[in-house]
Amino acid sequence: MLGEGILKGLAETAKNFAGSFVSAERLTTVEYPEQRIPTAEAARVFPFLVYDGSDWEAGMRCVACQICEKECPPKCIYIEKSKDKKPDYVGKMQIYPMRFDIDISVCMSCQICVEVCPFEAIKMDTQFELSTMDRFGGLLYDRKQLSQSNEYYHKIHPTEAAEVDARLAEEKAKVEAKAKAAAAAAAAKPAQSAAAGPKSAEPAAGAKPSGAGE
Amino acid sequence: MSGFATEVSVKLARQEGWNRPPLVEPDGEGELLELAMGPHHPSTHGVFRMDVVLDGERVIKLKPVFGYLHRNHEKIAEKTTYLASMPYTDRLDYFCSLTNNWAYALAVEKLVAQAVPERAEYLRVILAELTRIQNHASSIGFLLQEMGASGTPLMYAFREREKILDLFEGLTGSRMMCNYMRFGGCRVDASALWLEAARKVVAGLPAFVDEFEQFLRTNEILMARTQGMGILRPELAVNAGVTGPMLRASGVNYDIRKVDHYGIYDRFKFRVPVGDHWDIFDRYMVRMLEMRESIGILEQALKDVPGGPVMDAKAKIRGFRPKPGEAYGRIEAPKGELGFYLISDGSPNPYRYRVRPPSLINLTILEDMCLGHNVADVVLIFGSVDIVLGEVDR
Repeated sequence: MLGEGILKGLAETAKNFAGSFVSAERLTTVEYPEQRIPTAEAARVFPFLVYDGSDWEAGMRCVACQICEKECPPKCIYIEKSKDKKPDYVGKMQIYPMRFDIDISVCMSCQICVEVCPFEAIKMDTQFELSTMDRFGGLLYDRKQLSQSNEYYHKIHPTEAAEVDARLAEEKAKVEAKAKAAAAAAAAKPAQSAAAGPKSAEPAAGAKPSGAGE
Repeated sequence: MSGFATEVSVKLARQEGWNRPPLVEPDGEGELLELAMGPHHPSTHGVFRMDVVLDGERVIKLKPVFGYLHRNHEKIAEKTTYLASMPYTDRLDYFCSLTNNWAYALAVEKLVAQAVPERAEYLRVILAELTRIQNHASSIGFLLQEMGASGTPLMYAFREREKILDLFEGLTGSRMMCNYMRFGGCRVDASALWLEAARKVVAGLPAFVDEFEQFLRTNEILMARTQGMGILRPELAVNAGVTGPMLRASGVNYDIRKVDHYGIYDRFKFRVPVGDHWDIFDRYMVRMLEMRESIGILEQALKDVPGGPVMDAKAKIRGFRPKPGEAYGRIEAPKGELGFYLISDGSPNPYRYRVRPPSLINLTILEDMCLGHNVADVVLIFGSVDIVLGEVDR
């Protein structure tokens, strides 16, 4: 019969139409600003800088190594190194970024900066409602705007953040054990050198701080 | 050809009597009308123009005009590192970013003879087949949209696509720009939870394909407008380098998953649907059947995903410098053969980086398919090619 196929198709649409009143599963859309679908844990939008502790400037993990700046495919990261140094999470003196800007109007959310960062300092945010009236300055984020605490990182990516923390703690323990061993060796050395004579005491004392700093 | 039962079902689906009357030759009287068809405003995401010459309603000449979306993909890739090109490949065919990733990763892995762990191979197959299903579903939706069924079939396709995109977001972090595969594996591992979610989505897919088919296959308007329209002869298809569902709908059994055995496709049982009338209806039906075959592959792959790492221990992320040489990696992307040709000179960035895009090459025979048809059918023939302009223009 002519039109049978069309009627069959219409029956299918009618089923879907009526079904959406019966089962909530058939309603596939949400009214966005009022209703929100929770973002996936792996979701990524734009990068942010992680800091430990409460002070964003003192606790910043970034050491301005500029690897992310070089690897960034659209080249949206701008870093200026500092002249002085501050201690990082293991206590080693490191330079830090005087300036760390990300132009999020250029950033394409590819996560390559996160992958190449050896210091777990840059991670992906899930915040996506970032519209602003100023399309140039408003979308160029400086290091203060980019900083987020480690607690925030735990909140948005709990599994990943726990892994990162475990990795960092392991590294720190390794460094501390090494420093302790070096300190012990350095402490043992002056005792030996004191027995040998006062001449060799000087280099052993000099070796102590460099060993601790490693 | 060896035992393709699916070929039969293309025949079964066809109902005779819906073919158009033979086309009338243009009589040469009256003036010809030259028309620029297609959206070509830079703000639309697909920018394409056809210069058609019409005699009344009939097309007597058609010239596709490409290049509106050209963005120097190949040159940018030659200026950046190998890794930094990976997110750019997402933007080629933005419907199927995961298959693009795979093709590029395959080319680089060939270049440096990099092994891929078993688990990563499984994840790649799963993601590629999910990509194929969502691409075919939405391409059929768009085809019907272009036929005038504005909205409904496309919304059905997108409803299903949404579930697959949610899976992509759960694993890769992004819905469309996945940037997931790496040279020597995949970026992050899939959790047991994700695999369970994937199984659930795949279990729901056959019902969707049934519904979609029920909804459309016997529709008289679809029959009348697609059967016998836009015929592409197998000889021309092969000579023009057409690949993918387009080529298979023209009756040529050529699927790179079967020909090259790349990845671990030789472990799965699947058939290759082949058309026998070479028209739009066959292209539509081949895509429909390919979705079913993909569901079959997914069911097999998800049954036993092995454990282990997803990244080869020897794979390098930073300081990646392949030895001088060249490699061509190709895969069966949802739209056809997607290949990446790389020449390395030992530096961190490729000396030459070339993409073989299926969309562009499948589009080159547009004129041959359209000649003699009405203007309204040109849109439909164009829709049946299934292109993404991001890949055509690069």
